[in-house]
Formats: sequence, C-alpha cells, structure tokens
Amino acid sequence: MKPDGATVIADAVPPASRSIRWRWFGAFALLFLIGAQLYGLLRSPPDRDMGQLQKIMYVHVPAAWIMSLTFVVVLFYSVRYLWRGREADDLLAASAAEVGTTFNGLTLVLGMIWARLTWGVWWAWDARVTSTLVLFLIFVGYLSLRALVDEPQRRAQWSAAVGILGAINVPIVYMSVRWWRTLHQVQSSPATVDPVYVLSLRLNSFAFLFLMIYFIHRRYEAALLSRAAEHAAEAVALGGR
Amino acid sequence: MTWRDDWRRVRAIAWKDLTTERRSKAGFNGVVALAVTMLVLFGFALGPGAGALRDAAAGALWLTVLFSGVLAFNRSYQVELETGALEQLLLYPGPRWTIFTGKLLANLAFVALMLVIVVFVGMLLFQVEVPVAWARLLAVLALGTVGMVSMGTFYAAMASRSRAREVLLPLLLFPMLVPLLLAAMQASKALLTGDMMQEAGAWTKLLMAYDIIFLVATHLAFEHVIEA
Repeated sequence: MKPDGATVIADAVPPASRSIRWRWFGAFALLFLIGAQLYGLLRSPPDRDMGQLQKIMYVHVPAAWIMSLTFVVVLFYSVRYLWRGREADDLLAASAAEVGTTFNGLTLVLGMIWARLTWGVWWAWDARVTSTLVLFLIFVGYLSLRALVDEPQRRAQWSAAVGILGAINVPIVYMSVRWWRTLHQVQSSPATVDPVYVLSLRLNSFAFLFLMIYFIHRRYEAALLSRAAEHAAEAVALGGR
Repeated sequence: MTWRDDWRRVRAIAWKDLTTERRSKAGFNGVVALAVTMLVLFGFALGPGAGALRDAAAGALWLTVLFSGVLAFNRSYQVELETGALEQLLLYPGPRWTIFTGKLLANLAFVALMLVIVVFVGMLLFQVEVPVAWARLLAVLALGTVGMVSMGTFYAAMASRSRAREVLLPLLLFPMLVPLLLAAMQASKALLTGDMMQEAGAWTKLLMAYDIIFLVATHLAFEHVIEA
C-alpha cells in the first residue's frame, strides 16, 4: 500500500519531539516568565533616579542578550549546514532566525520606549540602537529570501550564505555606527549594579532563555511538518495517488 | 600554471559581459539617465541653498550610485537567465569563483564608468569645487565602488534567480552595505570640506577592511550560491 500524505508527515517527525515533555517545558517557561515579571514589578525596589521606569531594563536587557545568543545559534547551524549538508541544520537555523528577529524587534521597541522617557526622543541614532536596527533589517532580508525561494536545497544553501555574511557584518556595522556617533550608556556588569536589580535581571534572562529554546523547538517542529508536507505532495504527485 | 588558466577564465567572462553590454548600450544609457535624474531630484529635496547642497553632496552622490548600481547588478545575470546560458557556464571546467570574479570585473567597469559621469554632473549641480586632496578622494571612490560592486554582484546571483528579484536585492543588499556607505559618505564629505578633523583616514581604513573581508567572504561563498 502506498503511504498517503498524513502518514508520510507523521513518519517524518521524530516521535520524541512530539512528546509531552516539550509541552511541560513550554508551560514551565511561561510560568517562569510570569514569576520573573511578578518579582520584578512587585518585589524589586524602584530606582532612585528613574523610579519604576528602570523596570523596563529587566526585559529590555535580557531580550537583547537572548537576541544575540539566537543569532549565534543561526551562525552555528548555517556553518554546519554548509559543512555537512543536513536539512535539519538548515531548518534549525531558520527557526532560530525567526525567534531571533522577534526578540530583536522586542529589544528595539522596549529600547525606544525607554529612550523616549529618559533621552526625550524615540530614536537617538545611538550606535548600539542603530546597529541593532541594521541587524534587524539584515535578518528581515534573510527571512524574505526564505519566503521567496521555493526550491528547498537552493533555499537552504542561499540562506546559509546570507546568514553567515550577515553575522560577519554585525561587528563591522557596530564599529562604523559607533564612530559615526554615540550616546548609549556603557554596559553595566553585576559589579556596578545593585544586587537587588541583578536578581531580577537574572530571573528574566533565564525566563527569556527558556522561552527562546521552546520557541525555536516549536518553530523547528513546524518547519519539519511543512517540509514533510512538501515531500508528501511530491510523492503524491509522482505516485499519481 | 593553473592560476594563469583561472585568470584567462576570469577575463573571458568579464569580456563576454562587457561585450553584451557594449553592443546593446540600452542598459548603460538607461542607468546613467536614471542616475542623473536622481541627482536632480536630490537637488530639489536638499536645495536650493548652496551651503546645504554642498554639505549633502557626498551623501546624495553615494545614494545615487547605490540606487543605479542595483539595476546593473541584477542585469548582469539576467541575459544568461533569459537564454538559459547559466547552466552551460557552470558546465565548463574550472573553479566557480572565476565566474564571480569575471562578473565582478565587468560590473566594476560598468559602475566605474557611471561613477565618472555621476561625479562630474554632481559637482556641477551641487556646486562642489575639486578639493585639494583629490587623489585621496579618488581612492575613497574606488574603495567604495569595489565593496559595493562585490556585494551587489554576490547578492544578485541569488536575487536574480528568485521570485520578486527587484525587491529582494535591495532588501538583502542595503543593510549589508551600511558600514561601507557610512564610511564612504563620511570620508568623501571630510575630503570635500578640507578634512579639518583628520577623520578621512580612519574611514578609509574601515573601507579597506570592509573590502578585504567581503571580497574574501563573497568569493568563498559564491560556489554554494551559484550551484544551488
């Protein structure tokens, strides 16, 4: 008996990824996020100068960290795809790029709200803000390329090349914009930040990290399914079912 | 003597592209006409005060070259795609990067010729004098063009073979060119205004670094892009 579309799709997705464990992990990530927000909003004290406004930092800074981490994941899987040519690596790179672009957008929006209230303008053309925006645009290009190329192997090869070149460009963009003009405060470290704020930052960073892993996994699952659907459609077309 | 063979391949590809361009001429003339029109439009947006025009001249010039260049990059693959010649080009023996270098050189000649006209017309329209450091300005123009054309030729290899190529090429290319454009604009502006702050040197170094990094990266990545 020839397999129909549904069984082809079911076979293509490893059963482990459909397991109940990932669902529990998703629920855990969400609860952790809610907990971190509650702690940040209710327990941690307002800043002496900025008051409650400072609490945007609890989400803005972790979003930026997780965004950078996600793009490292994109670079890793893009290089591995070109090296070994496995489809799974391409799909993981694509999933990470989508999640990274989302966190990138979140970082920008939160940063803009912060900028409006502290610097007085929505957009200050500061070095880090501007290079974050350029990074966002580079990955919007990456995702558009994926959307506009249908042939899977071509899409994979091209987006790996675009992802790697984009990653190479990030430090150069940052340096060029910093020379151009700068205003952003220097990075803080746990040594310069009061311990009560550090805990809230750490909680939020882990909440975002768990969410990122969960999102990438879900996107990867969806990508596997849509690839399987493409395979199934091909098989059905060729088999004349 | 393999490098000599490779060089011959590069020359053959470049010569082929330039000959097609020279015999039709329609492409080049169209792009140059568009560039001049854009300079005039920039003049309307920024002028008519002579001071404002002079301050914005470097930026307007580079944006004009960028927007017109985008048309040239997609064109350089279009003729082959329309006639199905790209597959045959790939069947020839020899490394793939020679195809890229050949197309890059042809595009470089195309854009450089356009740049000469754009700079000349731009200096007239924006009332810019020839600066004392004209040789350094020429170097900045050359470095900026090399970086822009190598990235453009590389991304066009993908964009021209996808759906919606007119949209995809700028979408991929422009964000990648941000450091190059910033450096080229700032260096040109500094040199045109006498380089009081001594900043042109740093920007020129950034341009050189960008060119070297991405000339190498695009040559390495081209094989993966053209075969798929």
